[in-house]
Amino acid sequence: MAEEMRIVLRNYGKIDPLKIEDYIAQGGYKALEKARSMSQQDLIAEVKISNLRGRGGAGFNCGQKWSFAYGAKSDVKYVVCNADEGEPGTYKDRLIMENDPQALLEGMSICAYAIGAKQGYIYCRGEYPQVIDILDKAIEQATAKGVLGDFNIEVRSGAGAYVCGEETALIESIEGSRGEPRFKPPYPPSQGLWGKPTIVNNVETFANLPAILENGADWYASIGVASYPGTKVFTLTGDINNRTFFEVPTNTTIRELIYKFGGGIPAGKKFKAVQIGGTSGAFIPESQLDTPVAFDNMSAIGATLGSGAVFVLDETRDIVDVAARIAGFFEHESCGKCAPCREGTARIAEIMENINDGFGDLSDLALLKKLGRVMSVSCLCGLGQAAPAPVITTIEHFLADYQAKIL
Amino acid sequence: MDYKEIIASYADKPGGIIEAFHAVQSQLSYLPREVIAEAAQVFKIPVSEAYGVASFYSMFSIEARGKNIIRICESAPCHVAGAAEVVQALERELGIFMGESTADGLFALEFTECVGQCQSTPVITVNGEPYLDVNAATIPQILAKYR
Repeated sequence: MAEEMRIVLRNYGKIDPLKIEDYIAQGGYKALEKARSMSQQDLIAEVKISNLRGRGGAGFNCGQKWSFAYGAKSDVKYVVCNADEGEPGTYKDRLIMENDPQALLEGMSICAYAIGAKQGYIYCRGEYPQVIDILDKAIEQATAKGVLGDFNIEVRSGAGAYVCGEETALIESIEGSRGEPRFKPPYPPSQGLWGKPTIVNNVETFANLPAILENGADWYASIGVASYPGTKVFTLTGDINNRTFFEVPTNTTIRELIYKFGGGIPAGKKFKAVQIGGTSGAFIPESQLDTPVAFDNMSAIGATLGSGAVFVLDETRDIVDVAARIAGFFEHESCGKCAPCREGTARIAEIMENINDGFGDLSDLALLKKLGRVMSVSCLCGLGQAAPAPVITTIEHFLADYQAKIL
Repeated sequence: MDYKEIIASYADKPGGIIEAFHAVQSQLSYLPREVIAEAAQVFKIPVSEAYGVASFYSMFSIEARGKNIIRICESAPCHVAGAAEVVQALERELGIFMGESTADGLFALEFTECVGQCQSTPVITVNGEPYLDVNAATIPQILAKYR
């Protein structure tokens, strides 16, 4: 299956994103109307049947998450959209918000009805001030049109912290605190924003809901790979001819993404590696390119689907240098709350800098692997748990590159 | 509006200190001590906590800096696309090093991590506005806009 299929981006280029009338003319807000005609239980059951899983990187079952928040007893509940999009190589959520913001608002409203929430927040990263502007205007228009009913949505700005992509750090940030993750459990659906039951979902996850309600859960569940159905928006960057985005069914393979959609490697160079899912993703060698991009298929090869960033490197690239730069990223972005991440990211960055500058030792590689193992099980949140992956996977697949710098 | 008025306008927003800091910073370019102290008062938190928020987020600065904030992305996709050359060009054009501000107070030069324009690497932003497919040759005309 190698054709683009636009579900979340179905209105891309077809409407004026700042004209809600355009969205409505395309059938917008019919899905919300339908959702509101169903019982909350039936609505959540429908979302469960679709098997929609989170598109932010964690891949948690959407309907399942909503059912937890629905079941929680509280007079106040919240719907929060994670629009922090800090994952290097990723701009899919920006595409959705810039080109079809109403799809996000409608998806959030469907969730709000399902769980019984009256207030929603879109936490949009501070690096997207133009997007925040668009979202504010879209909300104004939706409110004026009356389509949101009694659901109120407010945009909150991030301020430059990758860790705020983690749902509890994001919640802390909305509450006006440092973006430090919380211990889980409790999970946000039972205790989230200001202690209330909260659904945090990614932009792309929400944007899928209108189509699912319109066309039916069975339709969605039949697209792509059964364990992670539907489509995924991929953003291609690095050494690739078509440095742009594609929305494809989840049974597309990595090879198809890079060669069919991506147009292959520029200047006749050979492929070296691709990092998928963001900057904590594994570096994948040529031998694994025939893997379908769906969540579980990627986990099976020790890689991640993550955010859908596709960062390609050609044969001329110094992969140790790239891994060292990424190690610097994680040192910078570590929030500092837990010792294994605060200390671990700093040490990985230090060791990688030494290796990259030619002062490394073979024993450094064993130390990095051990440190990576320890961090993957002891860090408080996904940032620290995943930070070692680019270093560990490049040592595994490109040992010769490291040895060349050491010996 | 002076900073006290700006902060006061966010007083009723639960957790609104980050919004307030953004608003003040868009005028003053950074968050002086008195702004942090005022925010602590208005949002009813200890000054240490307000300072903790101001010092946590990379978009906020607690030190004075130039009026126009130039940020160059150094994340992996921009790194391989030639961010280092753009850094050199900026340092040369402005006569300062990364992390510094020009003596006339017009520009501040900082690194940032990914700003989500990875289709057009390398990328810089000036006051939050992205400039795409940047290279050493295009830097002078970008800077000219702000002089």
